[in-house]
Amino acid sequence: MSEETVNIEVDGRALQAPKGQMLIDATDAAGIYIPRFCYHKKLTVAANCRMCLVEVERAPKPQPACATPVMDGMKVFTRSEKAVSGQQATMEFLLINHPLDCPICDQGGECELQDLAVGYGSDVSQYAERKRVVRDKDIGPLVQTDMTRCIHCTRCVRFGEEVAGLRELGATGRGEHMEIGTYVEQAMTSELSGNVIDLCPVGALTSKPYRYSARAWELQQRPMIAPHDCLGSNLNAHLKGQVVKRVVPRENEAINETWISDRDRFSYQGLRHEQRLLAPRVKENGVWRECDWDVAFKAACAGLAAHGESLGALAAPSSTNEEFFLLQRLARGLGSSHIDHRLRQQDFSADAAEPLAPGLNFTLTDLSRADAVFVVGGYPRHDQPLLHHRIRQAALRGAQVLVLDALAEDYNFDLAERLQSQPGDYAAALGAIVRAAAEASGELETANTLNACVVSAQHRRYAAVLAGAARAIIVVANEIDRHAARGHLLALATTLAGLTNSQLGCLTEGANSAGAWLAGAVPHRGPGGVALSQSGATTAGQWAAPLKAYLVLGFEPDADLAHPAQAAAALAQAQCVVALSAYVTPTLESLASVLLPIALHAENEGSFVNVQGDWQTFHSAAKPPGEARPAWKILRMLGDQLGLDGFAAVTCAEVGQELAEIAAGLPVGAPSVRALTASSVPNAAPLEVLISVPMYSVDPLVRRAAALQQMPQHSQEWARLSAATGARLGVADGATVNLELTGQRVAAVALLDERVPNGVVCVHAASRLASRLVNGERCELALAAAELPA
Amino acid sequence: MNAVVGYLKSLTLVELARGLQLTGRRLFDRKITVQYPEEKTPQSARFRGLHALRRYANGEERCIACKLCEAVCPALAITIESAPREDGTRRTTRYDIDLTKCIFCGFCEESCPVDSIVETRHFEYHGEQRGDLLMTKEKLLAHGDLMEAQIAADRLSEARYR
Repeated sequence: MSEETVNIEVDGRALQAPKGQMLIDATDAAGIYIPRFCYHKKLTVAANCRMCLVEVERAPKPQPACATPVMDGMKVFTRSEKAVSGQQATMEFLLINHPLDCPICDQGGECELQDLAVGYGSDVSQYAERKRVVRDKDIGPLVQTDMTRCIHCTRCVRFGEEVAGLRELGATGRGEHMEIGTYVEQAMTSELSGNVIDLCPVGALTSKPYRYSARAWELQQRPMIAPHDCLGSNLNAHLKGQVVKRVVPRENEAINETWISDRDRFSYQGLRHEQRLLAPRVKENGVWRECDWDVAFKAACAGLAAHGESLGALAAPSSTNEEFFLLQRLARGLGSSHIDHRLRQQDFSADAAEPLAPGLNFTLTDLSRADAVFVVGGYPRHDQPLLHHRIRQAALRGAQVLVLDALAEDYNFDLAERLQSQPGDYAAALGAIVRAAAEASGELETANTLNACVVSAQHRRYAAVLAGAARAIIVVANEIDRHAARGHLLALATTLAGLTNSQLGCLTEGANSAGAWLAGAVPHRGPGGVALSQSGATTAGQWAAPLKAYLVLGFEPDADLAHPAQAAAALAQAQCVVALSAYVTPTLESLASVLLPIALHAENEGSFVNVQGDWQTFHSAAKPPGEARPAWKILRMLGDQLGLDGFAAVTCAEVGQELAEIAAGLPVGAPSVRALTASSVPNAAPLEVLISVPMYSVDPLVRRAAALQQMPQHSQEWARLSAATGARLGVADGATVNLELTGQRVAAVALLDERVPNGVVCVHAASRLASRLVNGERCELALAAAELPA
Repeated sequence: MNAVVGYLKSLTLVELARGLQLTGRRLFDRKITVQYPEEKTPQSARFRGLHALRRYANGEERCIACKLCEAVCPALAITIESAPREDGTRRTTRYDIDLTKCIFCGFCEESCPVDSIVETRHFEYHGEQRGDLLMTKEKLLAHGDLMEAQIAADRLSEARYR
């Protein structure tokens, strides 16, 4: 070890610890327990609870272990009379104002104070005065407060400042009058706010959706992988019987550390939604009828077999590897190559040059150690909250974070620079940066290719920061994937990475885009990324040239697609639409001909490949409700009944094993440097539509999680405009406007929003409005004569 | 010597006479058989009979759904489900005791922090169908309402020992 170590002695045991380490870290590593409340390994040391007092030889008073650095020759006693009496005295003070309401406290049974009170508390209190009472605060739909129980460890305050980056909670008053609360009685809106529930050592901050519904000792813990973003955070589901009662993080230092996002934590609420499809259904003469699996399989197989070669197979990007693998095998077995998972992508021109599986060329740990980070097009804070947390870690270490985006969203740290442009001008802005980098490094040929781009001083600074940093990272965020000129933008990003010697990473939609590529759920490549001679239609292609039959897995046609209107028309004209769905909606009922109920999230089994290439296998934690079954099982039965080869596997593990033999070990990464073709840069339309996907609308499950839908980030029915655009068009806040698009006119209510760039109408995905629009579409806007019908 | 004494005892039927003496004494003694159900034996204030859920004087149910009784029950006879009530307090939505499982150990009563679940002096109950011996929250509360005077008096008389 390069670091200097010192020798200490704890309770007579000789230990070695790195110099400067705090005593509590050294004892934790050696498995010697010291009680604590305020200390947390991921937060700074506050040393304000004094529970970790230990006796140090030659020190006049007991020392707090969390704030005492180890020193050579130090002798520490954690169980001596002096140490224990110090801890007992601390406990007595903590219990003075702590209410005796353990029987009704949700923390009861898993409470650090309760546990330590058994070990260090006295059975009689010397305190006869009135206990303190603190008024509860309403801090939003996720976190419940019972502030009388607070012991002022300030873990939540430090979490807000150091990890969430929002000073949402703070302490006011001193001594007995100290209170924790939000500064101005406001709701916690951080995307990581749920972590304070785990951090709080007592029951002051508890989960609101879980409130009073179960006890810690009646829950069973089952491991899970988060299904909402491409990180694959490790989770534990806590179940009572077959019902998921709550979700908590499972520590994985390489992925989610000890945190999880609120989306992963509270999405379980959607598992028991009233729209859950509980039994197979077939449509007979336009009337839906519930039926058993045999009838449903017969109906589905008849429809699929009749139009096998004109079958479109589409799966949500959060499906498992096994589902993708069986889906593509089924479609290809029937003679169709029209299979895809890229539901929100519009531009497929770069397909041939795509890597085996999209992802990061670096690990998340590398990201937190980068010197410069350039986030291109998107807002990882909402799309991948814990990846954003890594970027923030880098920024706090001094990295310069540069951003090119459309919506001026809040970053919870200081950005080095921000370049805001409307999405149609991304190519011009990114091209200018590439040109600046090319000119700086003498690559005149590349610079000439981009001579249509006008380079400003800011573009030069971007290029200089990336080229000057020892560890520069370019993160291509989700908005680029949805962009109409994705191929060109990716080529620019790869060129920029090459010129500035930066590492490139592409963030993907859903939990398992990488797995979809490796399993062959793309039209031009088979399992293991093998290029196929005959390429099928992409998602967009399947809508542009409608097919006769569709097999759709795990998404809603009106909310999860790039071209919802076109897709609805294509599905409506198809002879047979077999929908494997967990929920039934009126739209799905009108478009599908067979509905097969599938398992979700905690009920499913399989594996995900995350954005840094980790294969993570998970097993079902709960039984799916009603007749719902895991989708891999349904696909297996469909394949088997259609008489196709390769559907003999009985367990999910067998399917996964078969895929792993083909694809395990294949690299996940960003595209390599690509030649730039475009010499002219397309100019943006005077007014264009930007479909942004709100954090709590990414997939059908999240959209049905009741508590998350009460957060301010849920999808709303507004057409957002910048104040300047509004003024130019004479549109006031709340006015009813008409969006004039090619071939249609859509009415909407305008909202003036400072985050929206000029020349953009921003609409939330998964709203009724967005189901008639396409991202990047040119539009015109006029005040409507009449008010919208309510 | 012992063999001779034993022989004489059995020959003279001494043991039979002693036994008959006891029988004769009991025959003419005061009778202690209790003529149940007309007569009843005295009960301890700590008698553990049929369960009841109590209320406070203002009619509010005592139970706060802490689930300690469910956790402590050695026969797993208690099933509780809980949820916040409209006024935000913690309450049970289901409180079942399966009397066919219950062993009347009284642990539930001992574990209760608010003296809600109690075992009363009532033991003369029966069920004609299987479900009759499944005590629901409504039945338990109704039983508590019926017996409250006795329950409160018993708890008061035993308070100094608790």
